[in-house]
Amino acid sequence: MLKGTPFHPRTSRLCQAQNWRRWAGFLAASSYELTHEREYHAIRSSAALIDVSPLYKYLIRGSDAERYLNRLLTRNVEKCAIHQVIYGPWCDEAGKVIDDGTLQRLGEDSFRLTSGESNLRWLLDNANGLRVTVEDDSYSTAALALQGPSSRDILAAVTDLNLDELKFFRLAFSRIGGVPVTISRTGYTGDLGYEIWVQAPHALQLWDLLLEGGRPYGITPTGLLALDIARVEAGLLLIGVDYVPTTRAIVESRKSSPFELGLGWTVRLEKNFIGREYLLEEWRRGSTWAFKGIEIDWLSLEQVYGEYGLPPQLPSTAWRMSVPVYAQGRQVGYATSGCWSPTLKKYVALAHLRTPFAKQDSRVEMEITVEHQRKRAQGRVVELPFFDPERKRT
Amino acid sequence: MTDAFDAIVIGAGHNGLVTAAYLAKAGLRVLIVERRDLVGGAAVTEEVFPGFHFDTGAHRVNRLHPSVVLDLGLAAHGLELAPCDPSVFAPALDSPHLLLWRKPQQAKESIARLSQTDADRWANFAELISKACGFLEHAYDHEAPDLFSRGLGERYGILRLIRRVRRLGRPDMTEVLRILPMSIRELLDEWFESELLKGTLGSLGIMGMFQGPMAAGTAYIFLHHHVGRHGGALRSTTRVRGGLGNLARALAGAARQAGVEIRTGAEVEHITIADGRATGVVLSDGQQIAASRIISNADPRRTLLELVDPLELDTTFLRAVRNIRYKGACARVNLALSELPQFSDGPADGSHLRGAIAIAPSIEYLERAYDDAKYGRLSREPYLEAIIPSVTEPELAPHGRHTMSIFVQYAPYHLEEGFWDSSRREALGDLVVRTLTRYAPNLESAIVHRQVLTPLDLEQTFGLSEGNIYHGEMTLDQLFIARPVPGWARYRTPIKNLYLCGAGTHPGGGVTGAPGYHAARQILKRSTL
Repeated sequence: MLKGTPFHPRTSRLCQAQNWRRWAGFLAASSYELTHEREYHAIRSSAALIDVSPLYKYLIRGSDAERYLNRLLTRNVEKCAIHQVIYGPWCDEAGKVIDDGTLQRLGEDSFRLTSGESNLRWLLDNANGLRVTVEDDSYSTAALALQGPSSRDILAAVTDLNLDELKFFRLAFSRIGGVPVTISRTGYTGDLGYEIWVQAPHALQLWDLLLEGGRPYGITPTGLLALDIARVEAGLLLIGVDYVPTTRAIVESRKSSPFELGLGWTVRLEKNFIGREYLLEEWRRGSTWAFKGIEIDWLSLEQVYGEYGLPPQLPSTAWRMSVPVYAQGRQVGYATSGCWSPTLKKYVALAHLRTPFAKQDSRVEMEITVEHQRKRAQGRVVELPFFDPERKRT
Repeated sequence: MTDAFDAIVIGAGHNGLVTAAYLAKAGLRVLIVERRDLVGGAAVTEEVFPGFHFDTGAHRVNRLHPSVVLDLGLAAHGLELAPCDPSVFAPALDSPHLLLWRKPQQAKESIARLSQTDADRWANFAELISKACGFLEHAYDHEAPDLFSRGLGERYGILRLIRRVRRLGRPDMTEVLRILPMSIRELLDEWFESELLKGTLGSLGIMGMFQGPMAAGTAYIFLHHHVGRHGGALRSTTRVRGGLGNLARALAGAARQAGVEIRTGAEVEHITIADGRATGVVLSDGQQIAASRIISNADPRRTLLELVDPLELDTTFLRAVRNIRYKGACARVNLALSELPQFSDGPADGSHLRGAIAIAPSIEYLERAYDDAKYGRLSREPYLEAIIPSVTEPELAPHGRHTMSIFVQYAPYHLEEGFWDSSRREALGDLVVRTLTRYAPNLESAIVHRQVLTPLDLEQTFGLSEGNIYHGEMTLDQLFIARPVPGWARYRTPIKNLYLCGAGTHPGGGVTGAPGYHAARQILKRSTL
């Protein structure tokens, strides 16, 4: 049986669609209403409340915690200030990505690491012999993402926290109602937003307080279908979709380095971390693959559909599959996620491209199926993210 | 920075001494740091009680690598090997005893008292074991082959090994290869019918192992303990005259003569590493000593998991090191005796006390002893191997008195309940005395002093992880190219300039000096002098 999250007593009653997805062994609502559209627009125009409790969460503590994590992550953890959050991947010895996630520095010797897959074995294996404890906190800590332009106003209404001081990728300890929470200004939507971390027994109380306090601002319980569109717009990777974690890759070619996933900015080659030697080598010789955005030309879509007397048919939800991408008449890569961006009014996709074809504005073609026929739509390569509003950081 | 030493060897076990001596002979400036106040590691002789000298760790030697003996001039440094004859005396409660002499004909006569069939087969069996051991001897005399190397030297080594096997001829070659993964029980059942004979021989297949005689691979251990035993002297026992400490003394003498500096009472706290290279050691008193190579005689776990910052090693490698099985299963009891034990069934001339005394009445006895250990309990009826060195060397004990050194199995390091505290230590001692007294009724009253070393004591005294006397179990999956871990069978480690030279490396445990010898050769091969 899939488990319900600590919010399940509330979310299950709200979920009109009874449309659930499995996420790390938990039930997660795909959408609460019969379609996800209003939920998507809540993310971009008011505030969405998303149950992200299924994330794996690890508490890492001890006097060696910093150097331990610095050895694991490609980011420089020494530079992570107390109450700062950093995002990055961690790699195997060959410099291929095992997983990615955020690292919260809760105190000098205390961190919380989140991830999409279970990493306990890897974390424990590397902790051996160090003054560090790794505690799987996934069950005892519940989490809600409050995302969207109104999220700050909602939090202001329910906490005493000075939210102007809570900068992008920082966290603070506070209370909502009487409930002690950790609030981090992070999220998976590329919008202004927060994630709220709470002890599981307080989960329902927190849910009620937020929904109550957020009602004047249009707070909307939101499922994963809406979140998926938002994260594609934000150009954020999804493990198992946009890349295969090394733990699942049955052939070498499925593995990716951080450089190949557009995460080169997280790789601090000047420090010692697992996979560094290979990444240094890759950095020197240049990567074979790049991870970029593709914008499909509207006129091209009109043309290929027009051949069959159809207007362009747009995906209503984000798709996740491998779709060939061509340039100069041959395949140069593949897209792994894509959607119609309701905000940008563009058909966009995330794609792995061979480096020579990955430059900004390079012309590419992406396969689309029209009336059972394989066609190619014209597009151009763009840097990620597609959507990056000013309010996210300010 | 100019390195004070070209090499520091951590631990003055016999392998460490061998490596150090070779490196120094090659012109390196070598320092050995030893935690204890005496050298030898688990090959030491200690005056445990006033006037009573015991080999507290190992009490017999395997085949010393012949080059080591010659190159280091060990004889000149006072080493004298003393093969026991008879090799082993095995008393039994319900049958005549067994006395295996070194000469096959003499052994055969003793076996005939138990079974004429077995006696008739003895010579053929001894020949098979010699052949199989000849192959192992070759393998032990060389580094473990690197199966994937493209180097000519490596290929030649593999070819040589194959040729060595093929030289046995097709039937024998097949037989030898067939034996390696067998259980010692199956092997012995194919040859013999006497339970006492099978128990006595079979005990060598489980010695130091956390496995019973019915476990696959125990036939290999039997062979391992016969490597270098030529002339059909099966289950032979070789001592060092004056005690194993004299081997350590001879090795230390040879090492010092070559220029090695030995510091005892110097415990290494950790190995310093910079940019993935070992650069020196820090002693527990805080003293730092730099060297361009660090060679550890400690077992792989202690070296790589305790002396090295784990952040310096890759996860997969660390995982492999952590997965090395130790699971010590034996203990040691040393008795100071006022008189010799009188075995109910012993020959009148006392010749039976000159070699090992084995309490292993049958394969089933050994297996039942293992059954207890399997569930984390001390064997109710343990396998015992006792040696009374003072019979042939009275100077090891005060006048008229004796030293009895007993190897006890199984005493599992990991207990089902609790740990090896002093009450369990005493219970272990009592059990051993009780067991022996059944065969030699005067034993209990003859005891003047008793020393009991539990697996935990072995770990704490000799630094043997989990009390494993081999620095890692000698199962087939942890041997040759997989010792200490797959891919690192060449005494190197992922940390540059950090090497291993102990029994945790090929060809494994026992007093042989072979790991130390091969390690030194590998290190010198990689050094530009």
